[in-house]
Amino acid sequence: MLIIFYTLALMKNPITYLQNIGTYFIMIKDIFRRPTKWSVMKPLILKDIDDLIIGSIGIVAFISFFVGGVVAIQTSLNMTSPIMPKYLVGFATRQSIILEFAPTFISIIMAGKVGSFITSSIGTMRVTEQIDALEVMGINGINYLVFPKFIALTLYPFVISIAMFLGILGGLMACVYGGYGTMEDYIEGVQLDFIPFHFIYAFIKTFVFAFLLATIPSYYGYFMKGGALEVGKASTTSFVWTSVMIILVNFLLTSLLLG
Amino acid sequence: MIEVKNLHKSFGDVHILKGITTSFEKGKTNLIIGQSGSGKTVFLKCLLGLFEYEEGSISYEGKNFNELSRNEKTNLRSEMGMVFQGSALFDSMTIAENVMFPLRMFTKQSKTEMEDRVNEVLKRVNLENAHSKMPSEASGGMQKRVAIARAIVNRPKFLFCDEPNSGLDPRTAIVIDNLIQEITDEFNITTVVNTHDMNSVMEIGEKIVFLKDGLLEWEGSSETIFRTENEAVTNFVYSSNLFRKVRKMYLEENN
Repeated sequence: MLIIFYTLALMKNPITYLQNIGTYFIMIKDIFRRPTKWSVMKPLILKDIDDLIIGSIGIVAFISFFVGGVVAIQTSLNMTSPIMPKYLVGFATRQSIILEFAPTFISIIMAGKVGSFITSSIGTMRVTEQIDALEVMGINGINYLVFPKFIALTLYPFVISIAMFLGILGGLMACVYGGYGTMEDYIEGVQLDFIPFHFIYAFIKTFVFAFLLATIPSYYGYFMKGGALEVGKASTTSFVWTSVMIILVNFLLTSLLLG
Repeated sequence: MIEVKNLHKSFGDVHILKGITTSFEKGKTNLIIGQSGSGKTVFLKCLLGLFEYEEGSISYEGKNFNELSRNEKTNLRSEMGMVFQGSALFDSMTIAENVMFPLRMFTKQSKTEMEDRVNEVLKRVNLENAHSKMPSEASGGMQKRVAIARAIVNRPKFLFCDEPNSGLDPRTAIVIDNLIQEITDEFNITTVVNTHDMNSVMEIGEKIVFLKDGLLEWEGSSETIFRTENEAVTNFVYSSNLFRKVRKMYLEENN
């Protein structure tokens, strides 16, 4: 009900909104229709892996490492009771990083970085009639442009694994070198009450977020109308809606899988 | 040959094309002319299958586009070449890769065969030394020639050009006009050119279709356009002093 209420509150024009949702699902169907020749598709997929995955590792590593450190410091500073064991810093950092920070927070950052890139690159192709050129040649433009991004983002869990590792490592560094606890305490906390399903939950979310990251920005780029100004507007709108959908789907999946 | 019957196209409440019936002949350079807002681009995009129309029919060599299956439409589209107003070259590819693109998509040729064909076509448009350049490094005239090369590389039966001379200097515009005319004759294809350029009308207009407010106002050739008394056509084509004088001289010489 909360999701429906939230969605209704965001609607300015319900008919247009429903049309957009319909067009989005038709686009998803079209991603897999009339596939482009593999010899043409392969380099596109490799290029998108480079642009979307490899090109994002640097910023993800930087943010994960320092946010992991901040989580450890804040947890430590808020543990004022002397009866609370020191290993809880490691435990809280691990739980925060694996359950929420790495899959959700990083995905919202990726909605800005990767999402804007996808929308603006496809939108520019629309403005400069390159997509019309594809369609005139009888090529399924949606398959040609969106499918490689979809496949590239199936490697997104790899990025999130790095974010998880570096987040926990950042917490360790901040804890030990900031004088908030010992390495032994922190590692004990990281290993404490480990539930493997939490990893499965995190990676289920990651796969769903990867799908949203590939398709929502592609939709806003592919179906945009107008000129250069509208490319910028479409990028902003795409970021907003990708973030909103990530938050809503995160709520839904958490309710279903952990609730 | 392309036959258009009673074509209607609207966007919401705005009726753009109001029942156009005409034909574009094979082996000829067919021009669509008319003022801005007369429906030329919408008409061209209907011919290309980019816009769906509400009423009427378009037949390509006897095949009604709307009656074709999805695969037949795809096959038909692979027989069309299009030169867009802004060239629409893929900016992530070199000039040679742009030209090779339709071959990679629609043929099973080996890389050597494709390279040979690209060399042949680029030579045809006088760009034999531009293979490795990116579209952003090419001038407007070069980009148009690359777009023509890409449009003809897969030996299309139909060539469409949307204002191929816009933004070009007069000399380059004549080069592009001549190239379109030569290619049409050489490959015996049906060429449809959407243009504002009166030089093109005089130089290459073997068949001219004049649109006004979404209706076919007049059709003829570059010769009959000198003699027409249609007020809308004369007001549009002979709006400049130069063309009025050219027309006067032509009529004096031929009467």
